[in-house]
Amino acid sequence: MATADDTSAMARHTRVPWLTLKRRETIEAWLFVSPTLIGFLIFFLGPLIAVVIYSMSEWNLLSGGQVFVGLANYRDALAENPDFWHVIRNSVIFAMGLVPMNMALALILAIALSRPRRGVVFFRTVFFAPVVTSAVAWAIVWKFLLQGEGGTVNQLLALVGVNGPNWLREPDWAMAAVIVTRVIKMVGLNMILYIAALQSIPRDYEEAARLEGATGWQVFRMVTWPLLAPTTLIIMVITTIGSFKVFDHIYLMTGGGPENGTLVLAFYIYEQAFEFFNVGYASALAMIMFVIVLMLTIVQLLLRQRGAT
Amino acid sequence: MTQGQLDRLKRAMWVLSLSILAIPFVFPFLWMVSSGFKSATEIFGQPSLVPRIWRWTNFVEVFEYQPFAQQYFNSLYIAGLVTVLTLILSSLAGYALARMRFAGAGLLMLFLVSALMVPEEVTIIPNFFLMRWLGLMDTHGPLVLLPVFGPHGVMATFLMRQYFVALPKELEEAGRMDGLSRLGIWWKIALPMSRPALAAVAIITFLFSWNLFLEPLVFISSLEKFTLPLALANFTDAYGLPLWHLQLAATSLAVVPILIVYLIAQRQIIESFAMSGVKG
Repeated sequence: MATADDTSAMARHTRVPWLTLKRRETIEAWLFVSPTLIGFLIFFLGPLIAVVIYSMSEWNLLSGGQVFVGLANYRDALAENPDFWHVIRNSVIFAMGLVPMNMALALILAIALSRPRRGVVFFRTVFFAPVVTSAVAWAIVWKFLLQGEGGTVNQLLALVGVNGPNWLREPDWAMAAVIVTRVIKMVGLNMILYIAALQSIPRDYEEAARLEGATGWQVFRMVTWPLLAPTTLIIMVITTIGSFKVFDHIYLMTGGGPENGTLVLAFYIYEQAFEFFNVGYASALAMIMFVIVLMLTIVQLLLRQRGAT
Repeated sequence: MTQGQLDRLKRAMWVLSLSILAIPFVFPFLWMVSSGFKSATEIFGQPSLVPRIWRWTNFVEVFEYQPFAQQYFNSLYIAGLVTVLTLILSSLAGYALARMRFAGAGLLMLFLVSALMVPEEVTIIPNFFLMRWLGLMDTHGPLVLLPVFGPHGVMATFLMRQYFVALPKELEEAGRMDGLSRLGIWWKIALPMSRPALAAVAIITFLFSWNLFLEPLVFISSLEKFTLPLALANFTDAYGLPLWHLQLAATSLAVVPILIVYLIAQRQIIESFAMSGVKG
C-alpha cells in the first residue's frame, strides 16, 4: 500500500510544480505527527486552557451556574482558607521526608550493586520489584500490615517487646508511614539511575586516587560524589516533582486522614473537585500545582543544560 | 587474617546487610500471598507466613463478590489497546521529529515538551467535562484516550525520537533509492531497527495503563466496567471496612502474574524504565 501511494505521489509531484520536495516533506511530516498532535490539542492543551478559565469562576456543580469571579479562588486558597496552607505544609513535609530518604537509600543500594559480582542481579531485581507493582496493591498490603491491633508489623514488634503505635490513625505516625512505604515503593527507580551514573565513571579515576593512598570514604567523598553531582541534582528534582503528584498511595492508605494529617495537594484537588464539586476552587488549586511543578521542571532543565556543557 | 578470609568476610557482610535491607521489599509480597490463603479470623491470629489452613475458597469468593473476571479482562484489554495505539502514534510522530525536516518542527517540539511538565491532576477537571460532553462517562474511552494523548504519550514520542536520532541513516537512504515512500521506510526499515525502543515503550505503557488509578476513579462508576486497581480497592463490607482475606487474595491475583513476567524479563524491564528515566 505504501509503495502504491508513493508512486501516485511521485506522479503528482511531476505534474504539480508547486509541490517541491521540501514542501512535500513538510506535508508528510505533519501527517506523521498529526494523530499525536490532534489528540494532544483536544485532550491536553484544550483542557489546560480550560482549567485557567475554570479557576477564575465560581462554580459548584451542586449549586449550579458558572460565574466569573476573577482571582477570588486564588485569594480564597492563599489568604482565606486555612486548609490550603495546611495542605501545602503536608505536601512539603511529605517531600522533605521522602526525597532525602529515597535518594540516600538509592545511592547506598547503587554503590552496593554497581559492580558485577555474584548476587548483584538478584538484589537489583528485589529492590526494583515494588516499582513495577501497582501503587494500589502496594498501598493495600501496607495498610494491612500497619494496622494498629493485630497488624503484622505490630505483631512482629511485640515479639521484641516493642508496643507499636496505631500507625495510620495517628497524624504524625501516618505521615511517617506513608513516606516510608512510598520510599520503599519507588527507591528502585533512583537506584538504577544512580547505578547507570556510577558505571559511567571511568575506573581509572578511582584507582588513581587509591594509588595516592586515599581510603574508601575519601575516594567516595573526593572523586565519586562530585562526579555524581549532575545525576544527583536531576534525581532530586524528578523525585520532588513525583512527590507532589502522589495521589493513589495516600487515597488508599489514609484517605488524607487522620485529622487531615496526610492531606496533600494532589489529594486535596481530587477531593475538592470530585467529592465536593467545587470546580472553580479545585481548578485554582490545580493551577497552583501546575506552577509548582513548572518551577521545579525549569530548575531541572537548567540543571540538565549545565550538565550537558 | 589472610586476604582470602578478609574477602570472604567482606562478601558475607555485603550479603547480610543487603538481605536485611531487602526485608521490607520482599516481605509485603510474601505476606500478601500468604494472607490471601487465610480465613478472616486466622488473618489476625498468631502471625505466621504459612497459613494453618489453606483456604482456596478465598479465590473463588473473590469472583463471587464482584465481577472480578470481567474487571481483570477490562484491565488487560485496555492496557493492550493503550500499548498498541501508543506504539503506533509515538513511533510515527517520533520518526518525523527525528528524521524529517519540516517547517514548525522546532515549535512543535517545544510545544510537546511542555506536556511533560503538567501532572494529570491539572487537566483532569476539564477532561471530566469534555468526556461528559462526548458521552464517554462510565465507558473505557477516557482510560484509552487520556494515556495515549496525555503526557505519557508525549513521553513515549520523545523516547522514540531519541532512539531514531541515534540510528544510522544509510539503510533508510538505501530504502529511498529503492523507491520506498516515507511510510514504507518507517515501517520496513526504521521500525525493525528500533525494537529495543519499541519494547521499552510497550513495557512502560502497559504497566502505566495497568496501574492507572485516578482516571478510572473519576470516570468509571459501574462495577462491571471497573479496572483492576478500582476493583482491588472495592473489597469492603457494608460498613466500608476492608474484607482483608478477599482483598489480599484478589491483590495477589492481580500482582503475581506481573511479578512472574518481571522475574523472567527483569533485565529488559529495568532497562526500559532506565530509558524512560523520568517517571514517578
